[in-house]
Amino acid sequence: MKPLLQTTALSVHYGAAQVLENVDFRIDRGEIVTIVGPNGSGKSTFLRALLGGLVPSSGAVTRAPGLRLGYVPQKLVLDATLPMTVMRFLGLPRRVDAARARDALERAGVAGLGAQQMADLSGGQFQRVLLARALLSEPDLLILDEAAAGLDQPGAAGFYRRIEEVRAVTGCAVLMVSHDLHVVMSASDRVICLNGHICCEGTPEVVAEAPVYRALFGEGTQGTLALYRHHHDHAHDHDHGHDHDHNHKEPAA
Amino acid sequence: MLDDFMTRAGLAGIGTALAAAPLGCFVVWRRMAYFGDATAHAAILGVALSLALSLPVFAGALVVALVMATLITLLSGRGYAMDTLLGVMAHSALAFGLVGVSFLSGVRIDVMAYLFGDILSVSRMDLAVIWGGAALVLGLVAWRWSALLTATLSPDLARAAGIDPRREELVLTLALAIVVAVAIKVVGVLLITALLIIPAATARPLSRTPERMAMVASALGVLAAWAGLRLSYAFDTPTGPTIVCCLAVLFLGSSVATGRRQRGRAGS
Repeated sequence: MKPLLQTTALSVHYGAAQVLENVDFRIDRGEIVTIVGPNGSGKSTFLRALLGGLVPSSGAVTRAPGLRLGYVPQKLVLDATLPMTVMRFLGLPRRVDAARARDALERAGVAGLGAQQMADLSGGQFQRVLLARALLSEPDLLILDEAAAGLDQPGAAGFYRRIEEVRAVTGCAVLMVSHDLHVVMSASDRVICLNGHICCEGTPEVVAEAPVYRALFGEGTQGTLALYRHHHDHAHDHDHGHDHDHNHKEPAA
Repeated sequence: MLDDFMTRAGLAGIGTALAAAPLGCFVVWRRMAYFGDATAHAAILGVALSLALSLPVFAGALVVALVMATLITLLSGRGYAMDTLLGVMAHSALAFGLVGVSFLSGVRIDVMAYLFGDILSVSRMDLAVIWGGAALVLGLVAWRWSALLTATLSPDLARAAGIDPRREELVLTLALAIVVAVAIKVVGVLLITALLIIPAATARPLSRTPERMAMVASALGVLAAWAGLRLSYAFDTPTGPTIVCCLAVLFLGSSVATGRRQRGRAGS
C-alpha cells in the first residue's frame, strides 16, 4: 500500500542548530500514529515540515497525490480586532452549507455553538470547533498538534475518544503529537518516540517498554504522568557516525 | 456632470475610500499599520522620480511603493525588529523623496499637494486612474478573500488547506501599493494610513463577521469622504485632513457608544 504521507531522511536546521536528523516516517490510510517526545525534541518542527511550512535542509516529504489534510493546531490566537462567528470560521477557506456545519459541530461534541463569537468560547470548546472545521474538509489525514494540551484529564480523554470515533466513521488516518501519554498511547496503533531523531517506534506496548523511551520519560512508569518528572539527559548535538551517546539513566529499582 | 470639480472630487474620495476600507481591515487584523505607513511614505520618492523623468505620478508612486513593500517583506526577520526596520525605511524614503523634489528646479512643485493631497484638482484622467485602481484592488481582495482570511488566521491552517500564505501576503502587498498610489491625490502620503485603519477600527465593534466589518468600514469611509468634502468646502479647510477628521469623529462615536453599551451590560 502506498503511504499517505512519507518522509525520507528528513533533516531540518535552524541556523546552526540541527532540530531534526534523518527522520524516516510513513503513515498509511486509517492508521492512528502518535508522536511523543520531550520539549524541544522537534515535534512541532516535524509537523510544520509535513505541512510544507518549512524547507528541509535535506531529505524529502512525499504526499500521496490529492491528499486532503485536516489540521488542528495546538493553539489558535485570534486577533481581537477580527470578528468571527463559529459558523463563519467553519466555512474557511471554503464555504459549507449550514446543515453540514451543524452536523460537524455535533460530531465534534459542540452542537449549537454556531452563532457564538470564537473569542467567547472556552478552551475545550475552541479545540472542538477546530476539530469540527478540520473534519469538514473530509480529510484523508487528520493532523493534531497537542490538540488537547489545554484540556483537563476528562476533557482530553473525551477529545481523544472523539478522534477514535471519527477514524472509525470516516476511515481517515490520524497523526497526533501529544503529551497526554497514557490517554494517547491507548488510542494509537503506533507510537513514535522523537528526540531530534526517531528514538524508537512500534505499538504502544513496545514503546512503553523500550529503554530509550523510559530514559526519556521517566523510570518505572506505565506512561502515566511520566513527562512531569522525566529525566532527560539525552545528549543531542552529537556527531553521527558513531553510536548514539545516549546517557540514559538506568531505570530506578 | 464631471465638469464640476466638486463632483470629481467627491467621486475621487468615494473611490479611494471604497478600495481602502476592506484592505484596511486586513491591515488592522494583521497589525500592518506601520507597514502601510512605510509604503505610503516611500511613495513621495516615487513622486520625485516621476516628476524628474516626466512620467505619470501615479506610475512612479506605484512602482516605488511596490519596491518598498517587497523590500520590507524580504528584509523582515533578518536581525532587526519589524518596527525598527519600517522606521528606518519609511523615513529614509520620505527624506530622500523630499530632497529629490528640491533638485527639480525646472518645475515648480507644490510638495504640500503630495504630502496632504489635493483632491479639488482631480482631473478626469485622475478619476479614471483612481476608479481603475480601486476596482482592481476590490477585485483582488474579493477574489482572494477566503484565502487571505485563512492565511491571516494562521499560516499553518492555510497551508493545510493548500493555500500558500506567502502568496496571499504578496496579494496584500500589491493591493496596498495600488491603494497608496491611488490615494496620493486624495489625502496625500502622510494621511493614507488613516484611510486604511480608521474605518476598519470604527467598524470593529459594530461587526460579528469579517465580511460585515469590511462592508461597514466601506460605508463609513464613503460617508467620511463625502462629509469631509462638504465641510472643507463650507469652512474652507484643507480637504484631505478634513476627511481624516471626519473619520476620527466617527471612530470616537463608535468607541464611546461601545464603551457605554459594555458598561450598561456590566452594570445590569
